[in-house]
Amino acid sequence: MEPLLEVKNITKRFGGLTAVDDVSLQIYPGEVIGILGDNGAGKSTLIKVISGVHHAEAGQIFFKGQRIKINSTMEALRIGIETIYQDLALAENMDVYSNIFLGREKLRKFLGLVDVLDHEYMQSESKKVLKRLEIEIPSLKNKIRNLSGGQRQAVAISRSIYWNAKLLIMDEPTAALGVPEQKKVLNLVKTLSSQGVSIIIISHQLHDVFAVATRLIIMRRAQKVAERITKKTSADEVVSLIVGSLPGDYN
Amino acid sequence: MINYHKAKKVGISILRKWIFIFLVGEILFFSIVGTNYFSLNNIQNILVASTIVLLLATGQTFVIITGGIDLSVGFMVGFSSVVCAKTMVSLEAAGFSQLLAITIGILTALLSGLIPGFINGFLVAKLRVPSFIATFGMYGIAYGFAEILCNNVPVHNLPTSLGSLGHGYLFYWLPGKIFNFLSKPENLIREELKNLVSIIPNVTVITFIFIGIFAFILAKTKFGQHTYAIGGNINAAERAGVNVKVHLIKVYMISSFFASLAGVMYVLQFITGRAPAGSARLIDAVVAVVIGGASLSGGKGTVMGTVIGAIIIGALETGLVNLSVPTYNLHIAVGCILIFAVLIDQFSPELIQNEGEI
Repeated sequence: MEPLLEVKNITKRFGGLTAVDDVSLQIYPGEVIGILGDNGAGKSTLIKVISGVHHAEAGQIFFKGQRIKINSTMEALRIGIETIYQDLALAENMDVYSNIFLGREKLRKFLGLVDVLDHEYMQSESKKVLKRLEIEIPSLKNKIRNLSGGQRQAVAISRSIYWNAKLLIMDEPTAALGVPEQKKVLNLVKTLSSQGVSIIIISHQLHDVFAVATRLIIMRRAQKVAERITKKTSADEVVSLIVGSLPGDYN
Repeated sequence: MINYHKAKKVGISILRKWIFIFLVGEILFFSIVGTNYFSLNNIQNILVASTIVLLLATGQTFVIITGGIDLSVGFMVGFSSVVCAKTMVSLEAAGFSQLLAITIGILTALLSGLIPGFINGFLVAKLRVPSFIATFGMYGIAYGFAEILCNNVPVHNLPTSLGSLGHGYLFYWLPGKIFNFLSKPENLIREELKNLVSIIPNVTVITFIFIGIFAFILAKTKFGQHTYAIGGNINAAERAGVNVKVHLIKVYMISSFFASLAGVMYVLQFITGRAPAGSARLIDAVVAVVIGGASLSGGKGTVMGTVIGAIIIGALETGLVNLSVPTYNLHIAVGCILIFAVLIDQFSPELIQNEGEI
């Protein structure tokens, strides 16, 4: 099978500091992979290169076998790479469906003259995508401010999915959540993967990553030090790789 | 249980509309205590007296929703009134017809009023100057320019037909005899003049046409939606593809447009142009927006709420005059209402603040 996304030998420097050093990885359709590493290991920089925030000095990116250049976040979105950052980027003063359609509002003609918001369409479409992802939210007219952390996460995810995300990058998706909420988000990740969406998860919480990811990529000091099939490794081995008490595979 | 739930629901929806109830209560109070307060004439007086606050506050609503504030409008009214009056006087002196002089004067004032708004927006959006500072700077600049333009003296001798527009009404009705549209019936005897009913001042008509248009834009269009989004989370709006910088510039231009329109209305009402015209109304305008449910931290507010807020102030002012209470008491009353409004906003439970499902 052809990988959905393949990055080859990516290097990113900030002045004299090498944040990502010659890292390669692939992700297949519907696959969930985890990127693990300590603070400053280069995880965030790596995904920012993929999502178009940073521009790599060296290396190539292939999407469905095609060589692509991602020069901006807008370009990444157009290709189908959506990133959900820790802050979720939701307008808390607005309701659920307005957030799903923020920046891409559906309009209709009022009296055949002026473009106005088509609330009904946006509501029914939002309802559909929430249903598809088995997300329960009391009402689409609820302001984000009134939702729990997990529900907000779900809204952010539904927005990406509605706009046809093929690859979803999630930065610490469960960091700010209570235990039951964490479970819901992880279930959502599984649902998405079963519907063919590829997902990259960055997390400090090994437990979460072990629960959903099939493959793990471990980074230390800007380099990829190991890659493991989740079923064939253990938390102990991964921690040792993260902190460097076990030598990696590539050095 | 069901009844309790229902009662709670009703209670919440009443609390959400407290400003409306406050306004009704206020008018009731003055109607009972004052003389002839609840009459067509007086209600129209309230609206005319509220003109400048209504306009300034409507523009200000957009700015405050984005999380900013526009202080420059205080002296923008004066600036625009001077530009408007000066243009009319010099055009008439140059031999233009009154109609042409008036039209060009109004257009010049409205167009030149867009420039300070553009500069405000540019400073705030592109150069990241806090809106308080940028517009406070423009506040002084607008005043200075206005004084330079009019050489420190109010502009007088405006076209004579200005009065019939500014002091005119939409309808004139002499019960049983005449019903005129826009023009005041002529050659009436004194008895008939006494019975003539004038309905809806022109100034109020113009004011509410613009308020209506912009209320629609804020509530129904993509532009309005993005205004709320910027106030709620500017980064989220940016990442969602909203051109935040251009949007902010437009918002500050809307505010200065409304300030210029207020300046034009000032010229129509008072047939003069003065540099400090309307400067005392800046605070009233901000208060009206806040009473109307907006929060200075951005993200919420409606034009409808703002309009009620402005009329609350206008009705209070007219009421105090009606009761022959010295008008400086107005400042005390407005100050109290403002603080009360902010307290309600801060301490009301979440349920009341959120317009979503209960």
